[in-house]
This record gives sequence, C-alpha cells and structure tokens, in this order.
Amino acid sequence: METNWPLYEVFIRSKNGLSHKHVGSLHAADAEMALENARDVYTRRNEGVSIWVVKAVDIKASDPADGDFLFEPASDKIYRHPTFYEVPDAVKHM
Amino acid sequence: MEAARKKFILQWADNSMILGQRLSEWCGHGPVLEQDIAITNIALDLIGEARYLYQILAVEEGKSEDDYPFMRKEAEFYNLLLVEQPNEDWAYTIVRQCIYDHFHYHFLAAVSRSKDEELAAIAVKSLKEVRYHLKFSSEWLIRLGDGTEESHQKMQNALNVMAKFASEAFLSSEADLWMLENCGEPDLAKLKETADKDLLEVIREATLSWPNQQTVRRGGKAGIHSEHLGYLLATMQYMQRTYPGMEW
Repeated sequence: METNWPLYEVFIRSKNGLSHKHVGSLHAADAEMALENARDVYTRRNEGVSIWVVKAVDIKASDPADGDFLFEPASDKIYRHPTFYEVPDAVKHM
Repeated sequence: MEAARKKFILQWADNSMILGQRLSEWCGHGPVLEQDIAITNIALDLIGEARYLYQILAVEEGKSEDDYPFMRKEAEFYNLLLVEQPNEDWAYTIVRQCIYDHFHYHFLAAVSRSKDEELAAIAVKSLKEVRYHLKFSSEWLIRLGDGTEESHQKMQNALNVMAKFASEAFLSSEADLWMLENCGEPDLAKLKETADKDLLEVIREATLSWPNQQTVRRGGKAGIHSEHLGYLLATMQYMQRTYPGMEW
C-alpha cells in the first residue's frame, strides 16, 4: 500500500494579468486537498489570486543532461531575436 | 457600556480565544506539515477575532486588551464547553471544529445584520475567514468519515463524544436575549435551524450519524466549565501570571 501522499506542484498567479508561476510543491491525498494545502502554505502573505496544482508525476520534464543539444544550439543564433529593427519614434511602448 | 453588551462580547471573544489556544496546541504536531499550517492559520484567525473584541472592552474600561485573556480566572470566562474540550487527535479536533464552525458562521452572519455597528463590522470581517474554516473542517469531516473503516470509526467515536456539547451555543443567555431585543440579532433559536440543517447534511455526506442521545452539556456561558479549561488557562496565562505586565 502506498503510504505517502502523492506530490503536487503548485503554481500561483500573483495578480491578474500575470501568468501562473511555479512556487513549490506539497503532498496531498487528492487535487482538492492539494488546492487547500497550497492556499494555506503558499498564499498566507497575500501572494496570489489564483492557484493551479498539478500532480508532479504528470509533468514530463526535459533531461538536464540533454541541455547541450536542446538549448545550446540557440545561443549563437542572435538573428532569431528581434533586435535588428529600428523602432519608429512614434511607437512609445515596445 | 451595558453589562449585557459586555457579557455578549466576552462570550464571543472567549469562544474565539479559547478555541484559538486549543488549535495552536497543534503547532509543530500536525499530522502533516500542510495541515499543521492550516490549523494554526485558523488559530490565528480566531485569536485575531478575539483581539478586536477585547480591544473594545479595553478602551471602554481603560484596561489593556491582554488583561482579558491573561488575567481573568476560570469562572470569569464565558466560552462554550465545546471549544475548551481537548484536541485528543485529529478526529476530535475536526469534529469539534466542524460543529463550532457551523455555529460560528451563522452567528457571525446574524451579528453582521445587527444594529450594533461596531460588532457588525467585526462580524463582517471574520465572516470571510470563517467561511474558509467551515469549508476546511467540512471537507475533512467528509474525507475521514467517508474514508477507511478505521477513519470512519474514529470520526464516529469523536462525534459521539462531542455531540452533547453542540447545543449550548444556541441556548440564549440573558446577554444574548438583550442583544436580540436591543439590536435585532442574533436570534440563536432561529439560527440553530439553519446551522443544524447544514451540519447534518455534512454529517450525512460523511456517512456518519448524529448520536441518538438527549444529553446536553452546558454551563460555559455562565462561567461553569469542564475540568479542561483550568489546564488550558494555566498554560495560556503562565507568562502574564509569572511576569505581570510583561510585553513583547
């Protein structure tokens, strides 16, 4: 019999308009309890307006060891950044 | 201030203070870290509520708000017998909490409609917090009642013990009647109907049954307490009794 409650990852939206951000993890018997636990553990100091919880086992993560072929090839391709455009003066917020 | 209003404030404040103290005993002992934090959050909500009420009296009587929780004797506390009952284990704690939250929620809703604006404002503020307490304790009651055979039995045992303390909250003291007459709320007899109905619904969903017993234990509202309150006060008041007037 499984004696440990499954691990849930917790994501909090700090205010409307921002995206949910990973803040930590906790154990809970089910998603409902995970939500309540997250409320009590991670929003005591007014940190958020919305919570997501996801079972940690449901997250498929990239392998840190694969970083050399997954991410490093992008580092010398500066032409992928939109930094070669002249922004007209009339455009204030870019 | 009218003596009846003071008594009404003390009944209310002492309920929150004593239950807050009880729940704070879980600090560092919760079944898991998350529940440890949850139950002590609730303790802090309750102590915060009590502070607002003691502050009203302190201003009126030229005392310190600390004088009320820390310098009164057992017979001068007017909390319900229910809230001073020991934690025992998580089952007892949740059953006691769920019974109290059902009263507390409807009580605050009633006081928030009363003509006493000062008390109504405190009730409105606490109502939001207590709505969460009610959700928390109800979900745990259902989770454990409708859980394993062992958890079901533990919850039913706790309910069998706690049930006799449930009704005192709704039996009006003279102070309650004075408030009803002068401020229009709370009508305890009336809110008993709603609170009982809601509580029984949660108990039914938890597959538990309300014990078939007629005993009603009362006395707290008149200052006549069970043996447990003395021990609780001894712990809670130790610092102020040993070092009177001590401040953080």
